[in-house]
Amino acid sequence: MKEFRGSQNYVASEELLRAANIAMVLQKPLLIKGEPGTGKTMLAEAISQALGRKLIIWNIKSTTKAQDGLYVYDVVQRLYDSQFGGQGVDDIEKYVKLGKLGEAFTDQEQVILLIDEIDKADLEFPNDLLWELDRMEFHIPETGRTVKANHRPVVIITSNAEKELPDAFLRRCVFHYIEFPDRELMEDIVRVHFPDIDKKLLDQVLEAFYKIRNLPQIKKKPSTSEIIDWIQALQHGGVDVRRIVKEVPYLGVLLKKNEDIDVLRRQWR
Amino acid sequence: MFTDFLYLLRRNGLKVSLTEWMALVEGLDKNLHNASFTGFYHLCRCLLVKSEADFDAFDRTFLEYFKDVPFQQEVSQELLDWLNKPEVLTDYANWDEIQALKNMGLSEEEIEQMLKERMEEQKEEHNGGSYWVGTHGMSVFGNAGLSPRGIRVGGQSMYRRAFRVAGERKFRDFRRDNTLDTRQFQVALRHLRQYSGLVDLPPTEFDVDSTIKDTAGNGGVLKVRYKRPRENTVKVLLLMDSGGSMDYYAQLCSALFQAVSKSGHFKDLKVYYFHNCVYGRLYQDPTLLSRNSVPTDWVLSNLPGDYKLILVGDAQMAPYELMGGYYGRSGREDGPRCGMDWLRLLKGRFRHTVWLNPSPRPDWGPYWSQTYDTIAQEYPMFPLTVDGLEESMKKLLSR
Repeated sequence: MKEFRGSQNYVASEELLRAANIAMVLQKPLLIKGEPGTGKTMLAEAISQALGRKLIIWNIKSTTKAQDGLYVYDVVQRLYDSQFGGQGVDDIEKYVKLGKLGEAFTDQEQVILLIDEIDKADLEFPNDLLWELDRMEFHIPETGRTVKANHRPVVIITSNAEKELPDAFLRRCVFHYIEFPDRELMEDIVRVHFPDIDKKLLDQVLEAFYKIRNLPQIKKKPSTSEIIDWIQALQHGGVDVRRIVKEVPYLGVLLKKNEDIDVLRRQWR
Repeated sequence: MFTDFLYLLRRNGLKVSLTEWMALVEGLDKNLHNASFTGFYHLCRCLLVKSEADFDAFDRTFLEYFKDVPFQQEVSQELLDWLNKPEVLTDYANWDEIQALKNMGLSEEEIEQMLKERMEEQKEEHNGGSYWVGTHGMSVFGNAGLSPRGIRVGGQSMYRRAFRVAGERKFRDFRRDNTLDTRQFQVALRHLRQYSGLVDLPPTEFDVDSTIKDTAGNGGVLKVRYKRPRENTVKVLLLMDSGGSMDYYAQLCSALFQAVSKSGHFKDLKVYYFHNCVYGRLYQDPTLLSRNSVPTDWVLSNLPGDYKLILVGDAQMAPYELMGGYYGRSGREDGPRCGMDWLRLLKGRFRHTVWLNPSPRPDWGPYWSQTYDTIAQEYPMFPLTVDGLEESMKKLLSR
């Protein structure tokens, strides 16, 4: 098994790398939690790139059911075909369409399966997947076929903690909480996006950014994606480096709430 | 193999099961900790802990159990003792600009390497210098130093520059017994739902999906399917204490109010305010103006008993405000005579009641805790924290 050491476009903390490798070796799903904007979804892409494996993303919505990930039996299409004399109506297999989980199981190579924002779904959703994720197989009663994983996919699950996940599910996962990056790590992350950024500009940006984040009154704290956008705006506008901490130009890129902008204005002056 | 650790974790409230423990053993077997102590810590944490809220409890337990295990660079107690002198905090006399710039340029590995070398050379106390391990100096290790980067050895974190200290409890803020923001309250409130599907109702709602599926499966001959309507049947009556000693908790209470009113998944929500204790009238806003009030009797007689009653208050008042006859006497002969009578009436009317308390039980004398205890005997009382809220929601749903 290859080891994941971060990739060109993704800077991960030592702990995260370790958790990812532990999950891969022990063949357990890796459950990632963390503040929005800490790169939970990006991690799966980075792993798939670094290991050279295909990435299958299953985006969870509030209406998603566990069944959708396994397979869907399209009875209505079959009925149409039977009424209008289509070919191969006898073959039920033709009307069974595999979901994302099914796809990951049947792939000829080992794949990375990302189950994104699992907490969006119904409370029972994770429980319905226990068996499938444990045994990496499921049964299709309509055709009598059992779909078994050719190669155990590397499963990565992200959650925003909107709902509690059931204990039975958690017990099977390797858990990692992505902390918000500290200044040093953030410097590395910014450098990945802007390889030749001016050192002075970067220092000033980070100074202002962490100063704002540490204000307790700020409701929606700016995250990594905001700092990237902000630097882009600053570079594009050609702002004088000395003005950054003092005036915080293009503030709207960093703070998205009116109250927060007001708080900052009051604090700064 | 340190099975005691498992039991210690469980004693400290971490729900570690055998599944996770076996996974840890397997992980150690496969050398996932890279034969290092830090590696072992991370391996334990990502396999045994399943929520960032438990990280702090885990860190404490881990330190407690493994505190005698020597770290890779063992620091002698003697060294720690003289490093532990935080008194001269604001002393910048030893600041050295050139040394500071030099230290900035060092990488973590270089500093660790230097520390290792120094530990072998150093035999005595050094303070204010820039080379040895010591205090108040410009060297990259030691305590209360002025160097912009470095390793802290012993003492309290003062300038928060040290980047590697074993046993720093970073996850304290995630503990669940902290009082937190609206969002977490909302999550807790989501527990408070009782779908009518669970309650026995006749299947009256047309089920489109099942009808199509079964009809198609039936060769096109119509098969109509119905399902039970699924909606939250929970109705909530929220009574909040306002003013006086509650001003201190105003922000917390407003967070709770926001969460309750925003969650919007209740079938009905009624909110009233009171001061100290419920008496003859309930107020419609926290300013407690009598023109915006309704008689408590009206609430008692008009809201059916299946409303879930949530009272929020610190339950601390002068004993006569709760038990005395001056406040809360109703006009009727057989009516309630004091605040406690009103509370009993409410409890009798509503089958599911809880009391959320933002304040801990006062421990400065029986005079202050008397009303707290009296009310706690009558109402199940929970602290107004995320944990307490979750517990109370469970209580409200129990039959």
